Amino acid sequence: MTPQPVAHNWSLWGRQILAIMRIDLRKTFFSKRGLWIYLLAFSPEIPMVGHWLIPTHGPQDTLGQDVQIFSGIFQFFYLRIAIFFGCVGIFSNLFRGEMMDKSLHYYMLAPVRREVLVVGKFLSGLTAAIVIFGGSTLLQFPAMFWHHGRELMNAYMFQGPGLSHLASYFVASVLACIGYGSLFLAAGVLFRNPLIPAAGLLVWEGINGFLPALLKKISVIYWLQSICPIPMPAPQGNNKGALLQLLVIDIDPAPAHMAVINLLLISTFVIVWAALRARKLEIAYGTD
Amino acid sequence: MTDIILENVSKFYAEILGVNRVNLTIPPGVTSLVGPNGSGKTTLMNMIAGLLRPSRGRVTVCGISPDDAERFFRIVGYSTQYDSFPRGLTGFEFVECYLRLFGYSAKDTKRLAWEAIDRVGLREPSARRIAGYSKGMRQRIKLAQAISHRPRILILDEPLNGLDPLARAETIALFQALAAEGSHVLISTHILHEVDLISDRVIMMNQGYVVAEGQIRGMRDEISEHPMQVLIRCDKPEYLASRLFGENQVVEVRIHADRAGLLVRTRSADGFYKLLNHIALNGVQIESVSPADDDAQSVYEYLIGSEESTK
Repeated sequence: MTPQPVAHNWSLWGRQILAIMRIDLRKTFFSKRGLWIYLLAFSPEIPMVGHWLIPTHGPQDTLGQDVQIFSGIFQFFYLRIAIFFGCVGIFSNLFRGEMMDKSLHYYMLAPVRREVLVVGKFLSGLTAAIVIFGGSTLLQFPAMFWHHGRELMNAYMFQGPGLSHLASYFVASVLACIGYGSLFLAAGVLFRNPLIPAAGLLVWEGINGFLPALLKKISVIYWLQSICPIPMPAPQGNNKGALLQLLVIDIDPAPAHMAVINLLLISTFVIVWAALRARKLEIAYGTD
Repeated sequence: MTDIILENVSKFYAEILGVNRVNLTIPPGVTSLVGPNGSGKTTLMNMIAGLLRPSRGRVTVCGISPDDAERFFRIVGYSTQYDSFPRGLTGFEFVECYLRLFGYSAKDTKRLAWEAIDRVGLREPSARRIAGYSKGMRQRIKLAQAISHRPRILILDEPLNGLDPLARAETIALFQALAAEGSHVLISTHILHEVDLISDRVIMMNQGYVVAEGQIRGMRDEISEHPMQVLIRCDKPEYLASRLFGENQVVEVRIHADRAGLLVRTRSADGFYKLLNHIALNGVQIESVSPADDDAQSVYEYLIGSEESTK
């Protein structure tokens, strides 16, 4: 007599999602192919620790200046490059990578609804992305400010806005993983080569500042920048490059709580769409 | 409602034909699917298992559509031809993780996993990573995965590939045991001489079409353009040959070199056997009578051609 599953519907789906995550998390965390994602995620720490080890004593080496620099690194590099491409690596591989490895059928031969499979895979990618990118965000803070000394650091963190800034940056990192993650997961379900939609999205996010108000909101970066506590620093002096101008254009930010809600809504919509499309997904390794 | 049913099923890859207008009803027992490379065997199996969707037509297994994955895969197990596995898993984890997707309790999962692994004889290497397995071991762990939830329907794409003779014999015995328990076992194979040994029924495919299906003997009877060959061992082959020459249904008679038997080619097996009984009553000692070309190999060659390379 074949044993019966413990229960149906929500309880069963929960168990199935955990089973999917158990398989996928190990692949995501311990894959040699994913080493570049760790390097990308923890690359901001390198100049920050360097700055700590080799301090540049001068009138510009103030905590206030470092808060501005951190905001610039976070918004120019970390959100737009590191998390963006990290999510391409993690989430687009959840379906398309397994299609390339010819191992996706393993999940599709189990009594798992395709919708549950999409959610399970998204949550495993999201867990990995939050641990890697959220973890790096938390480490970047002490790496950036530690050299100012414990006293000033404590004052900034616990009597000043430091803790709230850190929480905002962490939330922005998590939401970036959710937003970009959902898009790249959907790209992996829908496209044979998810790098093409990823390139399109990179351009779209890049020109976001120039778009009309309504179109601005159909993006991830607009909402993420609305969550960041410090506006992006404007380029100084003669260094007003065209690219920099493009990136720092006034974004007319939304309230943070609206940004969080809207990003979650966009991501939910994308995941639901991907789940519905996954119903039609076929295993055709030979033609991929 | 207990069979695998394909109704007018076709699959096209853009302009390329995968399978065309397949109508099949596959009852319990062991059914072999044979055909040359590219004949559509794997496409057909993938459609039955829901990995591919038919461009036209409908597939149901015990009345359940493959689209209803939650119910479908509780009764269906499929060992694919894909020789690839989720990265980093051991043999045991491969089966155990699969069973976890069913929502079984941890205790049931472990018990079923060990039961399946024992059934394919892989207990000892099951703690090792699949990446280090031989081809035969990989075939067996895929089979363990497919049978682990005790499915009523088992679909196996080239399950004997890469197995050594002992493992091959054990695996065939396992298929027969599963069929005896009332399961459907659908196997694609290219080893024609084993088809007779394994199967109750055969489906032959060529260029996307089912060219014949049923029991081998019945299929052979349908091939009228190739007279049936019968080997007879007897004490008076010359006399028997002279009696047979005069009969309309006999096309050719050849006496064996050892003068102890003959090969007869006849248009009507039934008529011939009646005639042989009559002759035997008139003083010919017949030691044995055996059909020489009603095996899968012969039927395959007649229907599809010996020129075709089988997969």
